Amino acid sequence: MSDPTTAMVDSRPRGLAGDAWNDLRRSKIFWTSSVLVFLILLMAFFPTLFTSADPTDCALSRQHDGPSGGALFGYDFQGCDVLARTVHGAGNSIQVGLVSTLLAGLIGLCFGMAAGYFGGAVDAVLSRGIDIVLGIPFLLGAVVFSGRLSGAGDDGVTAVTLTLGLLTWTSAARVMRSSVVAAKNQDYVAAARMLGASPARLMFRHILPNAIAPFIVVMALLLGANIAAEATLSYLRVGLKGEAISWGLQIADAQKHARAAAAPLVWPSVFLAATVLAFIMLGDAIRDAFDPKLR
Amino acid sequence: MFRYIVRRLLQMILTFFGATFVVFALMFANQDDPIQALAGEKPVSDSLREALTERYHLDEGLLGQYWYYMTNLLTGDLGESISGRDISALLESSWPVTVQLSFMALVLAAGLALAAGVWSAIRRGGIFDNGVLAFTLLLLALPIVVLAPVAQWIFGMELGWFPATASRNASFYALLLPAIVLATTVVATQLRVTRTSVVENLRADYVRTARAKGLAPRRIIWVHVLRNSLIPFITLIGVDLGVLMSGALVTEEVFNIPGVGSKLAQGIRTEDGPMVVGFVSVLVIVFLVMNLVVDLLYAALDPRIRYE
Repeated sequence: MSDPTTAMVDSRPRGLAGDAWNDLRRSKIFWTSSVLVFLILLMAFFPTLFTSADPTDCALSRQHDGPSGGALFGYDFQGCDVLARTVHGAGNSIQVGLVSTLLAGLIGLCFGMAAGYFGGAVDAVLSRGIDIVLGIPFLLGAVVFSGRLSGAGDDGVTAVTLTLGLLTWTSAARVMRSSVVAAKNQDYVAAARMLGASPARLMFRHILPNAIAPFIVVMALLLGANIAAEATLSYLRVGLKGEAISWGLQIADAQKHARAAAAPLVWPSVFLAATVLAFIMLGDAIRDAFDPKLR
Repeated sequence: MFRYIVRRLLQMILTFFGATFVVFALMFANQDDPIQALAGEKPVSDSLREALTERYHLDEGLLGQYWYYMTNLLTGDLGESISGRDISALLESSWPVTVQLSFMALVLAAGLALAAGVWSAIRRGGIFDNGVLAFTLLLLALPIVVLAPVAQWIFGMELGWFPATASRNASFYALLLPAIVLATTVVATQLRVTRTSVVENLRADYVRTARAKGLAPRRIIWVHVLRNSLIPFITLIGVDLGVLMSGALVTEEVFNIPGVGSKLAQGIRTEDGPMVVGFVSVLVIVFLVMNLVVDLLYAALDPRIRYE
């Protein structure tokens, strides 16, 4: 997105992204959240770096055993290693979060660009479409969608990803629409049009780069929200299921036995909250960088 | 104002049919064989199949079925759940506690958001302001699925300050902890919106005028600025109702409150299609009507909206 070298050479005029990067580099929140995000991604892709125990190796004889050298967080009700399950849970969380956010972003981008650029009847129809999706309170829609999309035997990953993607694109679309509307009336767009640029070239070469900043912020915040939503759906038993490892499922199982052992409830909660916090902080930092007006 | 109301009503009707159709179609489209599903493993005789097809209009196609469903829904007949219970009766017995819970949460959240939002906007950049911003960030990062079980464990079980669960005729005190948990889902955004809009309004010309003519600072803030800052706040409450409905689903499930949310969760677990669709349709209607009310309120507060 941004090239650090252009930001550092002051003689060259900086673009919006260059300015934003210059701000971001000095933001403590940005670096803190980036380190957290990096750690979480590392955990998602290489869980064995953090634990050598097998998350599916459970034995009832170890039920609710306390922390030990072998299992730092102790064992849960089923006698599974809490640390191993929590670390391996990051993979599903991140995968569902990333893919569903990308899907939502793609739908939102297309809807928003089309509605903003063409205006008139296209805008009216697409905006009513957005209204309809917004008319369904999120979790209520999600339980119906997710329950319907998942098959009997699968682990629910595809169903949850599709559900979140199909229900959360509206904010991205709205933001994209309004920034495209603002950008398309600028002089440089009129100039490009007079020079004979095609609609596609106007859209992707001139309007999109200048209208994308608020969209990126929404995407970063949406990523955190979707990760939380996956855990919520799994908690309600319409998300990941069966053999799948998920923080939401862990919380649901441990909640019933919180009186007997709190560690299996606390650790997945901490990891989930830290992950969501990291992405929200990142989104906040990016927004501050792109929108200096608010400070 | 009249034209505005008519336009909003038309929009709402369109959204209503769109949203309920999406939910209906998803739940009932491409079902393998609902009659066989109802009978389980037992064989279904031809005459019974015919009678059931007739009764549930299964030969009418999706749009026809939707039409029958909507006419029944709008006359207050939600049909029966898979286990043969009357869905309207289920809804009737479960809504009061949910409304009480959501109302408590909304009042708690709005009160805190307005007070803390105005205060931190006045002292922008101070310790209180920064503390409030950090606090809202933390609240935004704590999904309700984390907060509810952990709060129940700490305050309900370990410390024993609040009851860990609530019954149908729950007292104010028994619902307080769930309501606080539910309030956290909306308070952070409300607070931030209040703060931002108060900050913007404090810079406005009318505030300078009010100051110049010697009005007391307290009157400027709590009458002039707050009234204008309430406009985005009230729009947000419309959105928040949807968030509260979603939050109530989890909160009621965690604290074992026999409200609409836990009934719905139960319907999801037992794969009770008619019950889920019935509940969701009614909640969608409630959500849309409340949003209409919010929009009208919004237009009453801000004349610019009416003449748009």
